[in-house]
Amino acid sequence: MNWLTDFFGNPENWTGPGGIPMRLLEHLEYSVLALVLAVLIAIPLGLLIGHTGKGGVIVVISANLARALPTLGMLVLFVLLLGTASILPVIIPLVLLSIPPILVNTFEGIRGVDPELRDAAYGMGLRGGQVLGRVLVPVALPLILLGLRLSAIQVVATTTVAAYVGLGGLGRFVIDGFATKEYASVVGGSVLIVLFALVVQLAFTLVQRVSVSPGVSQRIR
Amino acid sequence: MSDGPPTLWEWFARNWDTGRVGSISNLLSDHLVMSLVPIVAALVLSLPLGLACVRFRWLYQPTSGLMNILYALPSLPIFMLLISVTGLSQTTVIIPLTFYAMAVLIPSVVDGLGAVPDHVRQSAVAMGFTPVRRLVQVELPIATPVVLAGLRVVAVSSISLVSVGALIGQGGLGMLFTRAYQNPFLPPVIVGIVGIVLLALVADGLLVLAQRLLTPWVRARRAS
Repeated sequence: MNWLTDFFGNPENWTGPGGIPMRLLEHLEYSVLALVLAVLIAIPLGLLIGHTGKGGVIVVISANLARALPTLGMLVLFVLLLGTASILPVIIPLVLLSIPPILVNTFEGIRGVDPELRDAAYGMGLRGGQVLGRVLVPVALPLILLGLRLSAIQVVATTTVAAYVGLGGLGRFVIDGFATKEYASVVGGSVLIVLFALVVQLAFTLVQRVSVSPGVSQRIR
Repeated sequence: MSDGPPTLWEWFARNWDTGRVGSISNLLSDHLVMSLVPIVAALVLSLPLGLACVRFRWLYQPTSGLMNILYALPSLPIFMLLISVTGLSQTTVIIPLTFYAMAVLIPSVVDGLGAVPDHVRQSAVAMGFTPVRRLVQVELPIATPVVLAGLRVVAVSSISLVSVGALIGQGGLGMLFTRAYQNPFLPPVIVGIVGIVLLALVADGLLVLAQRLLTPWVRARRAS
């Protein structure tokens, strides 16, 4: 417990570019950046593949393969290949690793919609895009949001590890503290990251509660 | 490239078994220990917990809630926090990986047992199966495909997650990444990534094989 009071009680840890508020903002910034880029790639692709039904096997296989990719190895690989002039070499693996959960769940969500429901929508005169937007996406939303939540968990964790290859964020306290044997910083930073991850998890759970149509979640019959 | 830096193969051959702690073969066996122990431990713990959740329905909500929370915790800070308890040892990596695996396996066990059709269960009761025999001979076999599907996810992600342990000096093949970063050199990274992916593929393949052997009726039904 002394470590925690040492870390959180030290006024130096609350100011400047290496302070807790700045590191927290950095962590948020990189996580959001990676997640947004992953969403921009994975959701349209997942909708397309789920809706047309083509290429599904490739998605599942590549997503399984991606799960086997070690995050630390990918980070070091891209940094060694592309250098550290910008944060791009670190952001690329962050995005790559957060695509599969969103892609697979979007695809599975759309694919799993009851065919009768889809046919009924076509029967009512909706066109392809309308069926997708008004029927398939709302029904698949729980799974799509699950993919987003899993991906967000992954991004927060990977951003932490990315401190090892020089990225800012809360991982810095942990990595730097470990290297210099300042365990107050290691423990304090770890606690901050755990809290951050829990808040992210909670936020996504709340979004899921609010945004899923009552008819789909069966809250109202 | 005879006088330049060693090529990938040269580097691999030279470092495979140097007799020292950091040789690739040693890292590989460390990696196997740190990924297999959590997989097996999680399976052993998840089966009774999953069973308990099926028997006592009220247990499932809090258990899955807790597992969801544990699953969301990033591995690196958890390793760091555990160091003060278990030191810079393999145990520090094994414990969190076991919990991540349980977070996936407990729902698999519950879903698998939930997939046992009611008429099958009642037939077993009517045939005079005792609860234990019914569980072992009827319910668990039917649940096997779902549990194994969860186990495949767990195996692959555990094998890849071990490498994060390199940041506390216990990463198996992941040690190649920190080594390559401290002394910028590409071959160790590539050997590490390829090794881990191959290991994951082998584990996945073995589980697919296990599924075929354990649940022959699934294929028989598909063929007919």
